[in-house]
Amino acid sequence: MEVQRRKPNMSLTKVPMPHQDPIERASNFNEVALGYTAEMAMEEARRCLQCKHRPCVNGCPVHVKIPEFVHLVAEGEFAAAYDKILETNCLPAVCGRVCPQENQCEEVCVRGIKGEPVGIGRLERFVADWYMKNVRKPIEKLPSNGHKVAIIGGGPAGLTCAGDLAALGYEVTIFEAFQKAGGVLVYGIPEFRLPKAIVAAEVDSLIKRGVKVETNMVIGRVLSIDELITDYNFEAIFLGTGAGLPVFLKIPGIGLPGVYSANEYLTRTNLMKAYDQRYDTPIRISRSVAVIGGGNVAMDAARTALRLGAEKVYIVYRRSEADMPARLEEVHHAKEEGIEILDYTDIDAIESADEREVSSILVHKMRPGEPDKSGRPRPIPIPDSQFSLEADTVILAIGTSPNPLIRHTTEGLDFDKRGCLIADKVSGATSRKGIFAGGDAVTGAATVIEAMGAGKKAAAAIHEFIVSGQRAEVPEE
Amino acid sequence: MYKILTKRELNDAVTMMEVEAPLIAAKAKAGQFIIFRVDEYGERIPLTVAGTDTERGAVMIIFQKVGKGTQRLGALEVGDAILDFVGPLGHPSELEGYEHACVVGGGVGCAIAYPSAKALHAQGTEVTVIAGFRNKDIVILEDEFAAIADELHITTDDGSYGTKGFVTDKLKELIAQREAEGRPPFDLVVAIGPVVMMKFVAKLTAEYGIKTLVSLNPIMVDGTGMCGGCRVTVNNEIKFACVDGPEFDGHQVDFDELILRNNMYRDQESKGKPHYCRIGLTAARDEEE
Repeated sequence: MEVQRRKPNMSLTKVPMPHQDPIERASNFNEVALGYTAEMAMEEARRCLQCKHRPCVNGCPVHVKIPEFVHLVAEGEFAAAYDKILETNCLPAVCGRVCPQENQCEEVCVRGIKGEPVGIGRLERFVADWYMKNVRKPIEKLPSNGHKVAIIGGGPAGLTCAGDLAALGYEVTIFEAFQKAGGVLVYGIPEFRLPKAIVAAEVDSLIKRGVKVETNMVIGRVLSIDELITDYNFEAIFLGTGAGLPVFLKIPGIGLPGVYSANEYLTRTNLMKAYDQRYDTPIRISRSVAVIGGGNVAMDAARTALRLGAEKVYIVYRRSEADMPARLEEVHHAKEEGIEILDYTDIDAIESADEREVSSILVHKMRPGEPDKSGRPRPIPIPDSQFSLEADTVILAIGTSPNPLIRHTTEGLDFDKRGCLIADKVSGATSRKGIFAGGDAVTGAATVIEAMGAGKKAAAAIHEFIVSGQRAEVPEE
Repeated sequence: MYKILTKRELNDAVTMMEVEAPLIAAKAKAGQFIIFRVDEYGERIPLTVAGTDTERGAVMIIFQKVGKGTQRLGALEVGDAILDFVGPLGHPSELEGYEHACVVGGGVGCAIAYPSAKALHAQGTEVTVIAGFRNKDIVILEDEFAAIADELHITTDDGSYGTKGFVTDKLKELIAQREAEGRPPFDLVVAIGPVVMMKFVAKLTAEYGIKTLVSLNPIMVDGTGMCGGCRVTVNNEIKFACVDGPEFDGHQVDFDELILRNNMYRDQESKGKPHYCRIGLTAARDEEE
């Protein structure tokens, strides 16, 4: 396709994103980044050179047709841009907000060689938001092809798999353990980064397309995978059960009141809305909070603690700030809001002055050593550097592992040493016929978009499986 | 939505309900629990399954109206519906292979102890029940226990009914009595009730080397292993009551830590949820300046 070109915008920097003022936003749960206006979006879109080799598309786990949609934005054709994104990505409003674009599409953008890359994430978000606000196209339910597929887990992998299968006419049922579908998008990522109304709208559009969502269904307990196959006639199963099990450090004081996993802290706040007076779920009232870890979850927990009223919030991380796995923007926002990052610092113990609840943590300093397997300098403890840090709340954000429920209740599935499901990288096929898997349940904790990519590939593989006349079977005794 | 099929007040503070949840009723076994949420604003609260009726698709729960969530559940009537009802969660009790069991229940814990006593009786185990209460007015499930127990002993703290004293006094007495009479000793004690009661029962049975199961009900959110709020130290290891329990070897549980953790939100529970968040503070600060 030969694209009609306007003169590109050769600015070296992205059109700035409007934000809520840092001081103001530190005391509310409203979204931090306010989004581009149509004018800003068109201006930013004109920074795209429409280069022939399109590295951005391969940088995206779901291969969004980036140059095409960006071109349509530059032309002011926002509805067409939305349709273009939707060809490969069913959750654009989510991805535009939470994808680590700097490690994906924007990392390889030609404009990034000299200056900032095109703000692809911001444009994707703009298009999705514009569409939600301006277009009221009735969503039509496709005629059923008569085949039933069960999706276990209503997170990003499951929602994407369900969306793609529904588009092919499958009768899809999502089984969700919580009261609401969305997975990490509803329990983990905070409102100020991803408004829950957006997730609800995405789930709602799936329901309108004919996807059934059965909440409060803990598969493995209330119904087994095998019962879904034999008694409920599901012809294929997709396991998108995530990596929800929090890891706790084996250090003294871990059981003290005031010590949370980030999962619990965020679930209480996001899913159960502890920050809202109308809701009953309690959360600890904190003055000084230490968050252990350097990923997105650590940033989310720290910024949530601040919004819940903490006066001082530390992020304690054992490597350098530059080595943090969190999105750059989140680190930047956290610091703007007044969160203090103590890098090259590792925790030794959680202490209690009254032997009733947390009062401080004991930490020591680290220094960079030789690069380790991850390519980052291995942190090495500095002798005699121990000190105590006042904290009445400690939040551990040091990782999660896959939930063992399916492993414990399903015969014939293979898992690796970490408890991750073993599944084919391309198809998501597991060791059992007709059972596919993807997302964090397979990879361990990773990103929303990678999980969506896996859900997408599995949907294609499930379609191929069923079209070839096969169906899931229960192994014989 | 999950409809309330029956409701009975067992005493001033304790209510029995049957909730329509056929899939859960078909699967739930003694020792497992459910999590309910009354409505959109409610907390997720775990309750042990007190019984099931598969034909009617009913799950029985028995609860003490102590916090906001249970009070709001208790305010509902037959025909009303609960928004969320999830289960069965946790592992079923492992009761097989025991011949002479003593089931010790304390207060509303008797509701959780009852299904275990019933299951033991059904498998042919000799069942002795000690049910302890503060006073006569709050005795529950006496008839139910009497129907399945080989021996039933009720104790009250003030002596207003049954034997005066704590369940541990009675248990100690029965252990000695069986020995004196040459009857086989208990090979299992199931203790379910307030954490302090379980702690002292376990301390006592440790002296006699009697295997002791306790059912823990710590604060939890999801009940599927996701939040870790229900973690307990068992044999110096971190266990999640929701997926590793809720029953554990009573001789290995760190009860003191559990007592501390269970009191974590007590101030907020007793005073109602306080206003602590900073929403609106910016405006106030601006006014000051």
